[in-house]
Amino acid sequence: MATDSTHLPGPAATSRSSALNNPQVRSIIAQVVLVVLLALFIWWIVGNTTDNLRRQNIASGFGFLDARAGFDVAQSLIPYGSNSLYRQAFLVGLLNTLLVAVTGIITASIIGFLVGVGRLSRNWLIRQICMVYVEVFRNIPPLLVIFFIYLGVLSALPGARDSLEVGIPLGIQTPFGLIGWDDTIGFNAWLNNRGFFIPRPVFNEGSWLILAGLIAGLVMSVLVYRWARARQMATGEQFPVLRTSILLILGLPLLAYFLAGMPVDVDVPVKGNFNLTGGVQVKPEFLSLYLALSLYTASFIAEIVRAGILGVSRGQTEAAYALGVRAGPTLRLIIIPQAMRIIIPPLTSQYLNLTKNSSLAVAIGYPDLVQIGQTAMNQSGQAIEVVAIWMVVYLTISLTTSVFMNWFNNRMSLVER
Amino acid sequence: MQEHDMTFVRAEMINAQTAPVSERGVLRWLRTNLLSTPLDIVLTVIGVLLVIAFVPPLLNWAFIDAQWTGPDRSVCATIAQGGVQPEGWSGACWAFVNSKFEQFMYGRYSFDERWRVNLVAAIFVLLFIPLLMPNAPYKALNAVLFFFGVPVIAFFLLVGGYFGLPYVPTQQWGGLLVTLVISFVGIAVSLPMGIVLALGRRSKMPIVKMVCVVFIEIVRGVPLVTVLFMASVMLPLFLPAGMTFDRLLRALVGVALFASAYMAEVIRGGLQAIPKGQYEGADSLGLGYWQKMILIVLPQALKLVIPGIVNTFIGLFKDTSLVYIIGMFDLLGIVRQNFSDATWASPQTPMSGLIFAGFVFWIFCFGMSRYSIYMERRLDTGHSR
Amino acid sequence: MKNLVKLLVGAGVLAAASSVASAATLDDVKSRGTLRCGVNTGLAGFASPNNQGQWTGFDVDLCRAVAAAVLGDPDKVNYTPTNATERFTALQSGEIDLLARNTTWTLSRDTKLGFNFAGVNYYDGQGFMINAKNLEGITSALQLSGASVCVQGGTTTELNLADYFRANNMEYNPVVFQALEEVNAAYESGRCDVYTTDQSGLYSIRLQLAAPDDHVVLPEIISKEPLGPAVRQGDDQWLDIVKWTLNAMIIAEELGITQANVEEMANTSTNPEVRRILGKEEGSTLGADLGLPNDWVVNIIKGVGNYGEVFERNIGSGSPLKIARGLNALWSKGGIMYAPPIR
Repeated sequence: MATDSTHLPGPAATSRSSALNNPQVRSIIAQVVLVVLLALFIWWIVGNTTDNLRRQNIASGFGFLDARAGFDVAQSLIPYGSNSLYRQAFLVGLLNTLLVAVTGIITASIIGFLVGVGRLSRNWLIRQICMVYVEVFRNIPPLLVIFFIYLGVLSALPGARDSLEVGIPLGIQTPFGLIGWDDTIGFNAWLNNRGFFIPRPVFNEGSWLILAGLIAGLVMSVLVYRWARARQMATGEQFPVLRTSILLILGLPLLAYFLAGMPVDVDVPVKGNFNLTGGVQVKPEFLSLYLALSLYTASFIAEIVRAGILGVSRGQTEAAYALGVRAGPTLRLIIIPQAMRIIIPPLTSQYLNLTKNSSLAVAIGYPDLVQIGQTAMNQSGQAIEVVAIWMVVYLTISLTTSVFMNWFNNRMSLVER
Repeated sequence: MQEHDMTFVRAEMINAQTAPVSERGVLRWLRTNLLSTPLDIVLTVIGVLLVIAFVPPLLNWAFIDAQWTGPDRSVCATIAQGGVQPEGWSGACWAFVNSKFEQFMYGRYSFDERWRVNLVAAIFVLLFIPLLMPNAPYKALNAVLFFFGVPVIAFFLLVGGYFGLPYVPTQQWGGLLVTLVISFVGIAVSLPMGIVLALGRRSKMPIVKMVCVVFIEIVRGVPLVTVLFMASVMLPLFLPAGMTFDRLLRALVGVALFASAYMAEVIRGGLQAIPKGQYEGADSLGLGYWQKMILIVLPQALKLVIPGIVNTFIGLFKDTSLVYIIGMFDLLGIVRQNFSDATWASPQTPMSGLIFAGFVFWIFCFGMSRYSIYMERRLDTGHSR
Repeated sequence: MKNLVKLLVGAGVLAAASSVASAATLDDVKSRGTLRCGVNTGLAGFASPNNQGQWTGFDVDLCRAVAAAVLGDPDKVNYTPTNATERFTALQSGEIDLLARNTTWTLSRDTKLGFNFAGVNYYDGQGFMINAKNLEGITSALQLSGASVCVQGGTTTELNLADYFRANNMEYNPVVFQALEEVNAAYESGRCDVYTTDQSGLYSIRLQLAAPDDHVVLPEIISKEPLGPAVRQGDDQWLDIVKWTLNAMIIAEELGITQANVEEMANTSTNPEVRRILGKEEGSTLGADLGLPNDWVVNIIKGVGNYGEVFERNIGSGSPLKIARGLNALWSKGGIMYAPPIR
């Protein structure tokens, strides 16, 4: 290296020593060495692996995917039984991963935005509460949060016989006595150490009318939005689009429900031999994973949102006020669109983190892709294939999300100019 | 000129009046910080209700009703659950943490050899604290001792088998010891490896660049759990017959590779932020690639991304808890494992143990993040962006 | 990156040089001076560490017997606790020399996973345990339709469970964990109504529960679970050693050779069969043919005792588990424990 600084290498220097000093030559040599070493390394690994597999008589290949799985899965979005194939088991796992990821992302975003805005609130108390929340959840491992909810909270709930009814409490117990009324509004929803049981709607004949009402409401909302926009462009007059849309989307199905003669029954959970039966059972494994991932990720999203809002200069708000824009529209039309551009890239990586963290399911037995993969690995002995499936699936999810978010991000940034 | 009668004009300034009651002291603070608008009042009421609903029961549970010492589960269970507490009692079972404390720290490390762990911890702390203090003397010597001396000493002391020290197999390690060993090794390996990968990713050599990009993106795209599974289940298949890796070492390889990829992306951010002029300036001085990087670019780039680096360290520290999934007992794992000890199993045990583990993790992570903020301010020499 | 690869390759070569690959497990164990044995992570009576951190149990004693036969000292064992996932890779990769972890002998494990089972040290069957206090009136597994069942993932138990409920047209909710401690914790906390695993395991787990007397094991046995030690395929000598260590323990029980009287019998017995297996027969090369010293059986029995003693001490009448010998009694006493002769 030291010789480099004494004379400049370049095409002009054509002496014998110059070939090695030529940066291009050296770069080619370095890369050739790298390729050779890498190839040797891979060859060494592949050789060892095939050797090991042959010696231990382990069959390789993805043929096992078409064999009968033989094990049952606790929670499945598609029909699945022990007679199903490994392929279907993996699909069940993937869907469960996506389920917890999507629900978790939605909840984490809502909590995260609320807390993030709360950290900037003028209200001292709210600011402190939000800060404590963020500092607590950001600094403990997600696995611990999952265990905490699973073992500390959900396992400590009473058994099936003494299930708690869930409702809105009308009062809270304080050291100074009860504030409010000692009563709750029940929903026929129950909580016990087997999970959360909620009533399930049963759609009888004539229910199609409700769906039709919903679709009609949606279509009409879109039409109203277009009409209102065109009118505002033309005349500058505004129209309360949001309120009209909510009315249409909620009102039309409700109207249809009564017109069709109230065709929907509710299947309420009732006590059975071992547990509550009927209704929808949300298993504690899902519940704790979902809650833990939401709460944990929300603390990061809160910080991102805070940074995003702080990143929009104060002059923007002041300019909007100077133009006579009121506080609400200022936030909606001036601050948030600009903050979003700062928020979206780190937000994407938090969404991906949440999806990847959903693999912690394996610690509490939620049947996600990794947990089912591990069972399949033990039952079939196909370790390499299972790990390969994991890698491919997660990489696909990651890359798809980044591509989509990059596209979204580009659209957002173009609005600037 | 008109004469003015000045008798009704004050000759001296009047003293400033105190502000109205609503505009000073506690009341003003309350008004501006808690009750400024109707919405604010509603929020304050909600906040007060939240605090009342959570804080007193929590304090009660954690301190007033908590059991601090005791021989077994009976102190932490109600009579119906086979204990001595009255019906309806609920409190933290610190007695469980108390009696298992040694295990939480050392795992199953041989009793007679635990002084070795303590000695390593003492050396570590003695060298680490001066390293953290910006004004402490002999920085270079200290750093060399810490980053090259401590690992060697720690290896010989903890593993043993040399100099008459009995060998302690890593299967017996556990608790905070494992958490700290994995984090320290992960940090020590991921920083240099991350730098190499980041430089590789920005290299002009297409193949080097491609290799780095592929490695970084693959590792960042998959969960740590799968990387750990790969290290624990597949690494043995990759090696020649009969050649085996220690289980702890396999976890270390997994964690270090994973952290390196994240570190590389953080450092790449710093490299990108260095103005082109710095590179060109170094080139014009005739510096070679490594001189340019080590003397000019990296010192500036690393300083810029200190918060990111520390965040990666914090993430790594938290991620060590995942080794539990591949059957190793770090702090969280050993706490979790002890819940099934029949001597201590009670409804309060899991909550108490997890809060203790969470508190230990929290102290370390919070400490790291505060230190990074402090360093960020200290090192801020005008590059703030 | 270049440096990284260099480093990795260098480390690989270094590691390869330090632990020389060899197919002969016996030579490895002898040169290392310790036996590496894979055991359960903690199943009272079968393999669990006591408060001093020493491993004890029925499976552990098999490891100790092999160490006694090969190295002459039952204490020269390094235990690797393995869960259901790790046990197979640990053995395949050579991390352990012997897997003694209540593993069911099945055809696919024998062929597809590349193992050889060295016999059966415990004939078991899968059963169900329930909390009788909470579920009064349930006396048969056939009444379990609709129950939540705790089971360890990746085991034959999990498959038998699915088959049994399917065959009897019953519904159930599986609650699956990979680690035994988690299954135990879930059952104890009331997450599931039923715990299923091998019956021996159920008795052992019952002891670890807070109120063992509340729980009963239902009478149905739904599968055959022959549990035995496994070794890697492709090393017949090592397979023979483990196989005959187990057989020798059973034969010792048949002949009444115990930990207490083995020395005396070796020196004074006139029974030719006893003299032969204890290595006192003139010109006998039985031990040497296995690659072991001639007094290998003496070492085993002195170190851990005969099969009956090991059984009673760890899981039988001398232990809190109090499991009856049942199928595991000697063939001459109504069981099916039968060892081919040593001659």
